[in-house]
Amino acid sequence: MPLRLLKYGLSRDYPVSGDIPATPELKPAYDVVIIGGGGHGLSCAHHLAKYHGIKSVAVLEKGYLAGGNTARNTTTIRSNYITPEGIAFYKEGVELFERLSQELDFNVMFSQRGQLTLAHTEATMRSFHLRAEMGKHMGTRTEVVDQKGVEELCPLLNMDYGGPLEILGGLWHADGGTARHDAVAWGYAAQASRRGVEIHQRTEVQGFEVVGDRVQAVNTNRGRVACGQVLIATGGMNYDVALMAGVELPIRCYPLQAMVTQPLKPWLNTLVSSVSLHTYLVQSSRGEVVIGGGSDPYQLYSTRSTLDMKEHLAEGAVHLFPFLQGVRLLRQWAGITDMTPDYSPIMGASPLANLWLDCGWGTWGFKATPVAGKRMAQTIADGRVPDILKPFALERFETFQLLNEMGATAASH
Amino acid sequence: MKLLTCPMNGPRNIDEFQSFGPVRARPDPNATADRDWSRHLFRAENRKGVVVEWWRHVPSNYFFLAERDLVSNEILRTFDASELRDRA
Repeated sequence: MPLRLLKYGLSRDYPVSGDIPATPELKPAYDVVIIGGGGHGLSCAHHLAKYHGIKSVAVLEKGYLAGGNTARNTTTIRSNYITPEGIAFYKEGVELFERLSQELDFNVMFSQRGQLTLAHTEATMRSFHLRAEMGKHMGTRTEVVDQKGVEELCPLLNMDYGGPLEILGGLWHADGGTARHDAVAWGYAAQASRRGVEIHQRTEVQGFEVVGDRVQAVNTNRGRVACGQVLIATGGMNYDVALMAGVELPIRCYPLQAMVTQPLKPWLNTLVSSVSLHTYLVQSSRGEVVIGGGSDPYQLYSTRSTLDMKEHLAEGAVHLFPFLQGVRLLRQWAGITDMTPDYSPIMGASPLANLWLDCGWGTWGFKATPVAGKRMAQTIADGRVPDILKPFALERFETFQLLNEMGATAASH
Repeated sequence: MKLLTCPMNGPRNIDEFQSFGPVRARPDPNATADRDWSRHLFRAENRKGVVVEWWRHVPSNYFFLAERDLVSNEILRTFDASELRDRA
């Protein structure tokens, strides 16, 4: 062995410890307890530790790290929503993704390749014009393109000229992109644990001790933990977990199904989405084509996959790109989405003084992983909700100030 | 193919049916505060367990009720809406 290599082998820095430490013993108390070890919870933990100096933080995860909806989403990052409040929030999210690999010192494989949403009807074109103008007004890169523009952006698309699903135009969102979902969660987990955050896997919250308007402690399968502040960020289990604390959220759970094809050579260089076909496609850096996203048409807590939904997604995908007809499917899966009535999340305060919500992320949560974590950390550190999150308050349903993003949500509902 | 047994049309592919969500008690319009209206509009039963929900057989436009387990997706029973009315 060359001697020059030996000095590295004998260095005290090696062997390198794993990025994410093994689950430690649970302490009796933490300043902040984050329920849910997915992207959102880990992002919040990272921001608390790095930007607010709060390091007595425990992330409690029922299963394994980022094994819920962080692992099951279809990795779309975009800000082409329709309400000013929604666009402002998601725009900050896209900007955080643009520098996330640097922030985390971890390659999240962010690829800002743009998103093309297709219109097959005049009604959809009208809604695209509204979204494009809202997007421009809010400072995002969103514009309507005609048929020629669609062909230039995605030459392999079946335009179906003269057919029943003729593509009339599209909404081109140059800010749109994709990233590796696992890496996002691992990067946040590694950074947070390096600063003292404890990540407790296989630690299930089974109840809350509420005294007056405060959560004194959470009870887990590994014992009782007293807490200064608590955040609920449990994806598909948000309704269930909040209910344990006596908070009933306006959420209904539906499975969202997706699938990937075998790896192919690179041919799809944008994200493509069709409103009428309820189908969207993105090619991963491994070459697999990710096809989503079919929401089941009725409430359910099961992550089973169904042939019906696979047929539906395959039909849409093969219509848009007929040469996919012979391609094999590699995997299928489902996640439980916590759908809100207005297709916007619920962030901020709960009826309990020290219980905070990062819930209602339905089918649109992955793109907000950095910004939701950043803003929820700020909320917990300051003890008050920042302006950018105020429109997403739970109370908006009582005051009928809904934030309707249904038309700007890609999955079928 | 998942089957749903329609009380009128018998067992059919569940694709022929449309879900209308859990049954909710209708508030009294003359004695309901805004807060309770919002609750009625926006909060539906979502607990892990059995729900009673409205379904429609689309081709025949027939509405009926089903008891379904939200975890196992087992349809335990389907019945005509008059049963609920008679019970009330």
